[in-house]
Amino acid sequence: MLDALLTLLIVLLKIVALLVPLMVAVAYLTFAERKIIGFIQVRRGPLHVGPRGWLQPIADAVKLIFKEIVIPAGANRFLFLLAPLLAMGPSIAAWAVVPLGENLYVTDIDASLLYVLALTSLSVYGIIIAGWSSNSKYAFLGALRSAAQVVSYEIAMGFALVGVLLAAGSLNLREIVLAQQGSLLHWFWIPLLPLFVVYFIAGLAETNRAPFDLAEGESEIVAGFHVEYSGMSFGVFFLAEYANMILISMLTSLMFLGGWLSPFQGIPLLESLFGWVPGIVWLLLKTSFFLLLFLWVRATFPRYRYDQLMRLGWKILIPITIAWLLVVGAAVAGGLGPWFD
Amino acid sequence: MSFEQFVFYVFAAAMLGSALMVITLRNPVHAALSLVLTFFSGAALWLLLEAEFLAITLVLVYVGAVMVLFLFVVMMLDINLAKMQEGFVKLLPLGVLLALLVVGMMVYVVGPGNFGLERFADPAPHGADYSNTRELGRILYTVYVYPFEIAAAILLVAIIAAISLALRKRPMTKHQDPDLQIAVRKEDRLRIVEMEAETRPAKEGKGEG
Amino acid sequence: MNALSRFFKSLFLLELLKGLRLTGRYLLDRKVTIIYPEEKTPQSPRFRGLHAQRRYPNGEERCIACKLCEAICPAMAITIEAGPREDDGSRRTTRYEIDLTKCIFCGFCEESCPVDAIVETRVFEYFGEKRSDLVKSKQDLLAVGEQHEAQIAADRAQDAPYR
Repeated sequence: MLDALLTLLIVLLKIVALLVPLMVAVAYLTFAERKIIGFIQVRRGPLHVGPRGWLQPIADAVKLIFKEIVIPAGANRFLFLLAPLLAMGPSIAAWAVVPLGENLYVTDIDASLLYVLALTSLSVYGIIIAGWSSNSKYAFLGALRSAAQVVSYEIAMGFALVGVLLAAGSLNLREIVLAQQGSLLHWFWIPLLPLFVVYFIAGLAETNRAPFDLAEGESEIVAGFHVEYSGMSFGVFFLAEYANMILISMLTSLMFLGGWLSPFQGIPLLESLFGWVPGIVWLLLKTSFFLLLFLWVRATFPRYRYDQLMRLGWKILIPITIAWLLVVGAAVAGGLGPWFD
Repeated sequence: MSFEQFVFYVFAAAMLGSALMVITLRNPVHAALSLVLTFFSGAALWLLLEAEFLAITLVLVYVGAVMVLFLFVVMMLDINLAKMQEGFVKLLPLGVLLALLVVGMMVYVVGPGNFGLERFADPAPHGADYSNTRELGRILYTVYVYPFEIAAAILLVAIIAAISLALRKRPMTKHQDPDLQIAVRKEDRLRIVEMEAETRPAKEGKGEG
Repeated sequence: MNALSRFFKSLFLLELLKGLRLTGRYLLDRKVTIIYPEEKTPQSPRFRGLHAQRRYPNGEERCIACKLCEAICPAMAITIEAGPREDDGSRRTTRYEIDLTKCIFCGFCEESCPVDAIVETRVFEYFGEKRSDLVKSKQDLLAVGEQHEAQIAADRAQDAPYR
């Protein structure tokens, strides 16, 4: 009995140790977003709250917490309040299997890649239910758009993951990273380059980020699925979106950029020179790179029109992934070095 | 009661309860969401059987894709509930009869005679290195390779058939073709004309203004 | 050939990369935003902000109630009532009001004034807590004039050669 309690306690501690930095990262990702998009638009971004604006996300959080949660008159009360939780749940639960280092993880399950894919596909429920239960036209339109979009892009995403699975020979994220050991050239981004790009694009679509933010579409449908939400119920959607962004970025770096492996591996002098850097630093650096790309892309491209979105998903991304799967299959069967020998 | 049993009963109760709600709730969206919960509980039960691949696939395919499309359709329905409940009493005997028939058949097929505990021993718990995914893949591509491939081909045919049935070209509709729009270049739309600079004709008398 | 090159162009996301490069350049560019409350843009001596009524150095108010400003005001923001002053009987305004919610800050009143009584100052950061706070009375305007007389006089002097 005591043993069981101890195990439970350790698991809880692990969860806290993962979630607290995650929430801080989410808060400062919003800050980074405002700063970087500001910089790209030749502005300076938030400056006044705290030294150089560093307390801005905290001010935002305090503001959201103290705002009233308005429930529209015609809304379905239960589902309306459940929706933000349904958006938040999967994006946090997926973190359970993400390895941060060779021996640094909350759980290490066998089919973790599949688990992550399943959970990212669930986050759409929060959006759909939010849109439907708000009893508002704009919210409903946002929900419909996002349902169709997520289902379409999941296929491309799944195929890209099949490529990773083929290359690594495992569904376990930790083993996928270990399969890329060797050097920078051993990482999967070279043999799986098209899948890498497709996965990132599908990741943009799955997290409803610009240029695929049709569910939000502030210039057409005001704010889409979360028009009717206010205060912290809106804040939870916000948290979920950013937690998802970090998740997708980290998965991309785990699957295609060698996760926590040092980029100097295999280079004689530099390897020993940078040997003291812990793996998690490399992983976080790679993740930050993709997060920067998320923001950069948002500041650069205009939103897709709906038919263009569907065309891109079905007529371009899916055929590319299927074609490249054949190439990867042949390469794996032929033992093409240095990746598959 | 061991922890495992406790988990089993919790999820089994959730599954039965939500399955019941699927057919009793008035609102179709609520019913569809209950169905999602049913699938979830089912996946949890499969996890208890160490079938993690199947469990996650159930969530991925049924919850993540099929039910989303289902909800997509159901949300847009505007069903007149009062009209649907007309003739409930009239059809009740027939309904009860059919229900009893189905229950009888199910008990006969999956009842204790065929699937009882004495028929199947407790599955032996596997070691930590046992991979359900690998075993499933092995069996699927050796013993069941033909049924598997044939099922895949049938599904492909079904997809193509469904698309070709639903796709009709209506010449009157005006829709944009993104392929053509993207392929447009500046030269197709814009003509830059070069002209000689005109000289202002000299005016007599006062200047302009 | 053309279609083929276009196909590869879009396949390798060339145009998207071009766009990213452009925005990336601005990311590292020098920021020219003025951080407003701390930094301010330079103002011209002809700046047209909040109105003021001026006085002569001996303390006599300049306005002679000619009503030229009221007549020219395109927004009809100025209301004037005139009458003889009680102590010396000279023609003065008994009421001089500018409705700042109507005013378009065109500067015509300033231009039309024969005695430089009504002027527009450099003050642009003012507010009213209620609507009536933005209807400035004669006393308000004279007070503004007294407060900023040095600046107003310097601006007029600088602009005088061009008038």
